[in-house]
Parts: sequence; structure tokens; C-alpha cells
Amino acid sequence: MSATTAPAVEQLTAPPALRQRQWLATLLAAWRLTRTRIGIGIVLAIVGIALLGPVFAPHSPTAFVGPPNSTAVPGLPFGTDALGRDVLSRFLYGGRSVLALSVLATVLGVGLGVAIGLTAAYRRGRVDELLMRTSDVFMAFPQIVFGLLLVSVLGPKLWLLVLAVAVTHAPRVARVMRGAALEVVERDYVKAAEAVGEKGSRIVLGELLPNVTGPLLVEIGLRLTFSIGLIAALSFLGFGLQPPTADWGLMINENRLSITVQPWAVVLPVLAIGALTVGTNLITDGIARATARIDRGSEA
Amino acid sequence: MWRRLLTRRLLLGVLTLWLVSVVVFAATQALPGDAAVAILGKDATPDSVAALTRQLRLDEPVLAQYWHWLSGVVTGDFGISAATQESVWSLLSERVANSAFLVALAAAIAIPLSLALGVLMAIRRDRPSDHVLSTGTLVLAALPEFVIGIGLVLLFATSVFHVLPAVSLLAPGQHAWQHLDVVVLPAATLVLAVTPYISRIMRGSMVEVLQSDYVTMARLKGLPERAVIWRHAVPNALVPAIQVIALQLGWMAGGIVVVEFVFSYPGIGASLVNAVANRDLPVVQALTLLIAGVYVLVNLLADVATILVTPRLRTAGR
Repeated sequence: MSATTAPAVEQLTAPPALRQRQWLATLLAAWRLTRTRIGIGIVLAIVGIALLGPVFAPHSPTAFVGPPNSTAVPGLPFGTDALGRDVLSRFLYGGRSVLALSVLATVLGVGLGVAIGLTAAYRRGRVDELLMRTSDVFMAFPQIVFGLLLVSVLGPKLWLLVLAVAVTHAPRVARVMRGAALEVVERDYVKAAEAVGEKGSRIVLGELLPNVTGPLLVEIGLRLTFSIGLIAALSFLGFGLQPPTADWGLMINENRLSITVQPWAVVLPVLAIGALTVGTNLITDGIARATARIDRGSEA
Repeated sequence: MWRRLLTRRLLLGVLTLWLVSVVVFAATQALPGDAAVAILGKDATPDSVAALTRQLRLDEPVLAQYWHWLSGVVTGDFGISAATQESVWSLLSERVANSAFLVALAAAIAIPLSLALGVLMAIRRDRPSDHVLSTGTLVLAALPEFVIGIGLVLLFATSVFHVLPAVSLLAPGQHAWQHLDVVVLPAATLVLAVTPYISRIMRGSMVEVLQSDYVTMARLKGLPERAVIWRHAVPNALVPAIQVIALQLGWMAGGIVVVEFVFSYPGIGASLVNAVANRDLPVVQALTLLIAGVYVLVNLLADVATILVTPRLRTAGR
């Protein structure tokens, strides 16, 4: 581990108990909770379907294999969709896009939000005021509405979906991270690092960030849950992936009008998206509980 | 003191609202590129592009465009719909009423319900009923609103029971409150979407209050448990819940977009989806501004309410 080889100054500037892989301790504590394990099980199952599904798909997702909206085609357990394509194959192919786009949006959004929040907490004063008031303005738009605002001008593009979701996550993440970091900024080891003459960026990344990993992990889980819902919702509204791509959100859109005669084409993607968000939320709740316990333990 | 706090908060609200209008305008009309071509498509004739450019005043300087748009908005004139050539306001007024009814109905059910659930969970803390409700709200909080909505459609309209309409169709001129059966499922979706958040916050806040000294004091002096909970604990536990209720009401203003689309409910959410699909920018501008305005207003009211119910803030400086 790096702590044993770190120079003496490093050890002076940070209390070892706080610095050493706090995020790992949080994750381990979360892993001991049943809800976290159930969540991980669910998420692994859905991610497995999304990643490996195409290998097992019996047909091409875009091939016409029978009459439209039929549930009685031999060899097709879930029947055909509104255009006569195999529902099971489209389901097995349709998870990758939702997963990839929502993970990307989460990484971008949380990264941007952490940068804004920690900078605001460290710099305080006018920088803080400016960053937080700007965040307030962007938070006035419900996330889906901001996405629609961008799409209305630039058209449905995938990078735009990711950008819209990330940009709307950022102020919300920033607010939480700023709140968590405000208390850390006052600690002695931050003052010590400043006295030693470390650069602001090093203090933010080296001193603040390692000490707010609890709220950060919770934010990552929360934003991933919301990203999945938002990306799927935008696809469901018709502004995500475009036909004939197989995508869970788009599948719901394409088949919702024939839900009475062929419910499977809607039920399968709805179940998968619902299970995925429930799974990520269970993990997030496990992390939140573990963080709260660690905090209580360190204060005692 | 609290007057100054209130004034400051009101001014901040107005400032935020104005900046929101700048963002809406900048995103829709001031972006580089030709908005008229974007609306009409690349195959548009030069004549129609020129006509639309004049109608949207795209040939004027950006600041002049913004000033014209903003002064229209302030006087209730949101311009002409690019898709139907009707005035945006006459196009939307009935739908605004339908959406307002939907949100008001959902809020009127969700707020008391979720507060009561939160109190119940806190009183029964760590007992089976608390575990069931806590897990239930945790699962429900995770589900995207369209998953809840489609789940309700499958359950109550198409696949299991056939008791409610799957789509909320209304004849022109009819209002949602004249046909309550079409409002049930959309309202239930919104209720199920916001209840978990409010009830979980209320539970946490109530658990904290129940452990406080003044609740112990009230119990020790022999007050009946009912009075301890409803007179002493609940009013204090409400303070953090107010902020979350406001956040959830603000969320609902955006949540109706997807929920109305699921049920084809004739409100502004479904209109916004159509307007985005048709690139009807004046309608998009009006609706995003309206929805963000609701959010700013609701948060403003929540902050005012918090100032008024927090004795420390209310009486400071007296």
C-alpha cells in the first residue's frame, strides 16, 4: 500500500485512519448487509442479460420472423412485436444501449458535480456563491424537461442524451458534495497541507476527496439509478435510440399501443428496467447505511 | 430579521426565474445554427424558411429577440405556434388546466398519505410493519415513473383487471374533472412516485424527534401518547418534510411529461413531447418556462413556510 512508502510530510498532513481507503471500508461494511447482496444479485442478473443476451438470441433483432403482434408463433416463446420481429431476441439485444448510456452519463455527471462542489467548498466566497447560484438555475428544470429542451433544438442524438442527463446531475451532485466537504475544509490536516504550500488542486483531490467518499459513493449509486430511468424514459418518449435499433426504452414505445394483444413486448423491457433500478437502489441504500454507521463509529 | 430573510428569498426567486428565462431562450433560439431550418427540416423551400425567420424574428439581433420574447411572456403572450399557427396560449390553456388538476389531485392524496405513512413507520420503528413499509418504499422509490404507469395499466386496464381506461382520451372541450375515471391511473402513478420520498424523510425526521429531550419530557409529565405524537412530535418533524414536499411537487411538474405520455392524458406534458417531436419552439419555450417557473415558485413557498414554522428564524431579532 502507498501509505507505508509515503514520505514523512504526507503522514503529517493526513490522519492515517481517515485517509486509508475509506471507500473500501464503506463498501465492505455495505457488503455485510443483506439488501446490498440482493441488489448486487439483481444488477448482475440484468447486466448479464444485457451483455451476454446477444450471444443467446435465437434471431436477428431486426429480422421479420412472423406476423405482427402474435403470441402464437411456434418456437418464439414471447411471440412477435408490432412489426413481426422476435420479442425475445430484441429484448436480449436491447439492454446494452441503456446500460452504456446511463453509466456514461453517471460518470460524467458525478465527475462534473464533484469538481464543482469541492471547488465551491474549498474556495468559498464569490466562487462558491457564483457556482451555487448557477446550480440553482439549472436545478429549476426537472431533469427530463431539460433533456427535452436540448433535444427540441438539436434533435435526438445519443451524445446529447448523455450530455443532458450528465449536465442535470451535476448541480444536484455538487450541492451534496459541497455540503459534505464544508466540514472537512475546517479540519487541521487541510490547514496543515495549506501551510506546507500544497497547490489548491492537490488539496481538493488529495485531502478533500478521500474524506468525502461516503457521500460520493451514495451519490454515484443514486445518480446511476436516476440515469437508467431518465435514459430509458427519453428513449421511451422517442428521443433516444432510433428504429430499427433494439433498445428497451424504444421497445416499450413501439409496442405500447398493442399492449392488449401482445403484452410481452412491453412487459419484458419494463421488468428489466424496473429490476435494474431496484437493484441499484438497494445497493445505494446499503452504502448509505454503511456510511452512516461508520460515521457514528468514528464519532464515538 | 425574518422580514429581511423573506425579502431576500423573494428577490432571489425573481432573479432565478429571470435567469431560467435566459437559459430557455438561449437553449432554443440563440444557439448557433439556423433555428428556422431546424424547425422546417433541410428540404424546406427558401420562401418558407424566410417566412418563418420573419415570424420568429430570427433576423433581428439576439438581444432584441430576447427582449421581444420576454416582454411577450410577461404580458401573457407566448407567441404563435410554429406547427399550428395558433396562438400558443389558446393552444395550451385547456391543457394547463387539465395538468394542474392532475398534479393538484395527486398532491392532495400523496402529501397526507405519505406523512401519515412516515409517522406510522417511525412509531412502529424496527417492527415488522416498519420493515415492510420501508422496503416497499425503497423499491417504489427506485422505479422510473413510466415503469409504475405501465405496471398500473397492465394491472388495472389491460391484462389482469379490466376496470379502468388504459388511455385518458377526452373529447375536445371536455375537462379532466368531468371524467374522473380517466384521471385515476395517471394520478395514482404520480402518487406512487412521490410518496416513498416524502414518507422516508418523514420517518427519519420523526424518529429523530421521538428521541429528543422534549418528547421524553412530555411523556414524563404524563401526557397521553396521542398528544405527545400529534401535538409535540409531528409539528416539529414536519420542518424537514416541507422541503422534500416542495422538491417532489417540483418534480411532479416534470414527471407529468412521461406520465401524461404513457396515458395520452390531454395535458401540457403530452403537449411538450409533441412540441419537441415537431420542433415547435414557441410551445417548447412556453412549457419549459412554465414548468421551471412552477419549480421555482414551489421552492420559494417551501422556504417561506420553513421560515414561518421555525421559531428560531421567526422570532430572531425581536
